[in-house]
Amino acid sequence: MSEAAATDHATTTGMSHNKLAMWVFLGSECLLFGALISTYLVYRGRFATGPAPGDIFDIPFTSVSSFVLLMSSLTMVLALSAIKRGDLRNNRIWLLTTALLGSLFIGGQVYEFTTFFREGLGYTTSPFSSAFFTLTGFHGVHVSIGILMLMSMFISSLRGSLRKEHSETVEIIGLYWHFVDIVWIFIFSVIYLVPSPTS
Amino acid sequence: MTATTTVEDVVGQPLGVYTRPRGGNGWRDWITTVDHKKIGILYGVAALFFFVVGGIEALLIRLQLATPNGTVLGADMYNQVFTMHGVTMIFLAAMPLSAAFANYLIPLQIGARDVALPRLNALSFWVFLAGGIVLNLSWVLGGAPDGGWFGYAPNTGIVFSPSPGMDFYALGLQMTGIASLVSSINLTVTILNMRAPGMTLFRMPVFTWMILVTQLLLVFAMPVIAVALFLLAFSRLFGARFFDPSVGGDALLWQHLFWIFGHPEVYILILPSFGIISEVIPTFSRKPIFGYPFMVFSGIAIGFMGWGVWAHHMFVSGIGPISVAAFSLSTMFIAVPTGVKILNWMATMWGGRIKFSAPMLFAVGVVSMFTIGGLSGVTHAISPADTQQTDTYYIVAHFHYVIFGGIIFGLFAGLYFWWPKVFGHQLSDLIGKVNFWVMLVGFNLTFGPMHVLGLQGMARRIDSYSPGFGFEFWNMVSTIGSFLIALSIAIFVVNVIRSAMKAKGQPPCGPDPWDARSLEWLTPNPTPVHDFDEIPVVESLDEFWHRKYGTDENGRVVRVASAEEVCQDGSAVGVHLPSPSFWPIVFAAGLPFIALGLIFNLWLTVPGGLLVVMAIYAWVFEPVDDPDAAHGDVSEVADTTEEAPVV
Ligand code: HEM
Ligand SMILES: [Cu+2]
Repeated sequence: MSEAAATDHATTTGMSHNKLAMWVFLGSECLLFGALISTYLVYRGRFATGPAPGDIFDIPFTSVSSFVLLMSSLTMVLALSAIKRGDLRNNRIWLLTTALLGSLFIGGQVYEFTTFFREGLGYTTSPFSSAFFTLTGFHGVHVSIGILMLMSMFISSLRGSLRKEHSETVEIIGLYWHFVDIVWIFIFSVIYLVPSPTS
Repeated sequence: MTATTTVEDVVGQPLGVYTRPRGGNGWRDWITTVDHKKIGILYGVAALFFFVVGGIEALLIRLQLATPNGTVLGADMYNQVFTMHGVTMIFLAAMPLSAAFANYLIPLQIGARDVALPRLNALSFWVFLAGGIVLNLSWVLGGAPDGGWFGYAPNTGIVFSPSPGMDFYALGLQMTGIASLVSSINLTVTILNMRAPGMTLFRMPVFTWMILVTQLLLVFAMPVIAVALFLLAFSRLFGARFFDPSVGGDALLWQHLFWIFGHPEVYILILPSFGIISEVIPTFSRKPIFGYPFMVFSGIAIGFMGWGVWAHHMFVSGIGPISVAAFSLSTMFIAVPTGVKILNWMATMWGGRIKFSAPMLFAVGVVSMFTIGGLSGVTHAISPADTQQTDTYYIVAHFHYVIFGGIIFGLFAGLYFWWPKVFGHQLSDLIGKVNFWVMLVGFNLTFGPMHVLGLQGMARRIDSYSPGFGFEFWNMVSTIGSFLIALSIAIFVVNVIRSAMKAKGQPPCGPDPWDARSLEWLTPNPTPVHDFDEIPVVESLDEFWHRKYGTDENGRVVRVASAEEVCQDGSAVGVHLPSPSFWPIVFAAGLPFIALGLIFNLWLTVPGGLLVVMAIYAWVFEPVDDPDAAHGDVSEVADTTEEAPVV
């Protein structure tokens, strides 16, 4: 993300290279998740002899963890506005909170995965199970990478190398973070809210 | 620091724990370079190397098929060879050769000094190379991929393809895919964000436009193939059930994902070549391109419509009559913008004072050969006819007329055209013409007869045929033709070596050898490290040409300035350039370990992963510009122009 340093010259669109690159990348990510969600939609009813989606989903639990993830977008916004004001202390607090909320979500996912596994839904049980774990797993990996980036920024900030003039870095990582949240809204609706087949 | 240094001369200073590499021309400078020109050359060299590898595989195929009951390759080996031939030619030769042109030329054509994210650009190249190496390692590590380049499920599953070949396919292509994605983001940002003052979108050369459309196609197509390859890899490595019909896995899912990527991919392959000849044809016809807006908009139209035709690859896969009818129609429609382009090239040549130098011959080769391929393409847009043609040599003939006739000829046009720009000397035009004619004859002898063979019913991807079906004669002709193609490549190599030897010790060829039109020729040949002495201010399409020509009082075109007067002389000093970096290649070096680890022994992924993580962190904390390099330089020239208002 530090390429921005070189581009103190004006750009054609007025947006920095890094930010524009992140937008283009997120455009590409839409298709990645689009293809994964399609795969899930094709396979949600093909659970072979294993558990069906409608049998095992715990909608209240996942709703809570989804809420946690959504709140992390709010704290991300607060982190950005803090660093833009030059308030490094609050920036650190909100970065850390965002990372913690993200970790809570990942913790929920790990718990969910292990529960499902105990109930007989392994990765290789059926096309449905493979598609479910792959889609949610990919999303989880995205969140985890986001957490790593947040923590890296947090540590840089502790060491004094994340200052007001770097607010764009926070903004770009924020773009990524919000994207991952929005994708989760789609995934959550498609997987959990649309009534699932039962066996 | 003295006032007359360029970044190249500046000694790298120790920055933290390692020494920053510095510019120059030794091998270390090549592996750490972030210069778009060097990266372009690296892409070109690697792509031509893989082109030869894929070509040798093609010759093996043709030797096997020269006579009935061929014994050159066994059935199993034949499967591996044709699969790797297709994969190599598409992903390791044609795409990177286009990337070579894009990398080298895009900054120059839009009046910039580099791409937007120079280190990521280096990363793209090294990851692509690592992917190519991984794919080809399969030959010695248990067997090459054998499921065809489009790897249909469930044929590629562990049951039907037990060798690790398809694992190499899934992981190797994943790597080249990442490379393409990164480079497409980079070039998109470059074109949108780094245009010189006055370089509006509609003053961009057609080549730049076609590259922009190509990059956007890549941005949206690569993630789809990435998902398909992940599903395949997870099925083979971790036992996922995506393509297992016994539990309801759907073979059509793979086909859809593959072709949603695959059809845009054919435009990803062809549009750069279209861009190249859209530069070559006006130059050698001494006329502006006919219908520039139509050229641009037909390119954009192809970019959109290319997403709506994928299932024409699946007419016999049982997708149902409604889908077949719809995709049949959409496929016929997409021929329209392509036809527009062909007519525009012909109209550009019409009435021009055409000079048939080698680049122009290859360009005209594209227009004619691609048209043949396009016409046979329309015959299989008609789905009942396609039911007869699919999986026969008629298809092989079709896609080679577009791929070889349309892409390879175009890339050769580009090689001959821009050779002086890159290396400062021209290739021999006479040898170039011989190269062209041998290639043209060989090409038509090789692939023309395949139309006949296909309509006679000869199936593709079958390792041999029995005597008595009437296949013997045309197969022999085709094999002879393929060796003529090989000869033409040898002629090209001779041309390269001979011209380089003749140019040794000679001064560079001077500016503007072709009386060209676009901005890249404003810089001297070969291009200096810093590209432009001064960022040009652009006033029109074909800016370079307009600086050389004006009109007299009767409205006739007259020469107003010589190339020497117009071109920059490359003498600027102290231009601030991004510093080289070790981390792109370190990152790329980690990936093959991860890939091999996933296939053979998970422990190998540990060093691979560590390398990747280390490279990422070192990268992030390494400033783009070595703070000690080239600061305090006098780059008045550069700075004043770069601060000029940007349009
Ligand atoms: C020396 C020139 C070439 C010759 C003689 C040649 C020959 C062949 C033949 C005979 C096949 C059919 C194999 C089969 O289906 O049994 C084939 C397949 C193929 N070729 Fe070529 N080829 C040449 C150049 C190229 C180039 C330049 C490209 C791409 C840029 C290319 C791309 C492909 C692809 C994609 C396939 C399909 C592979 C598959 O069925 O999976 N070829 N080639
Ligand atoms: Cu197609």
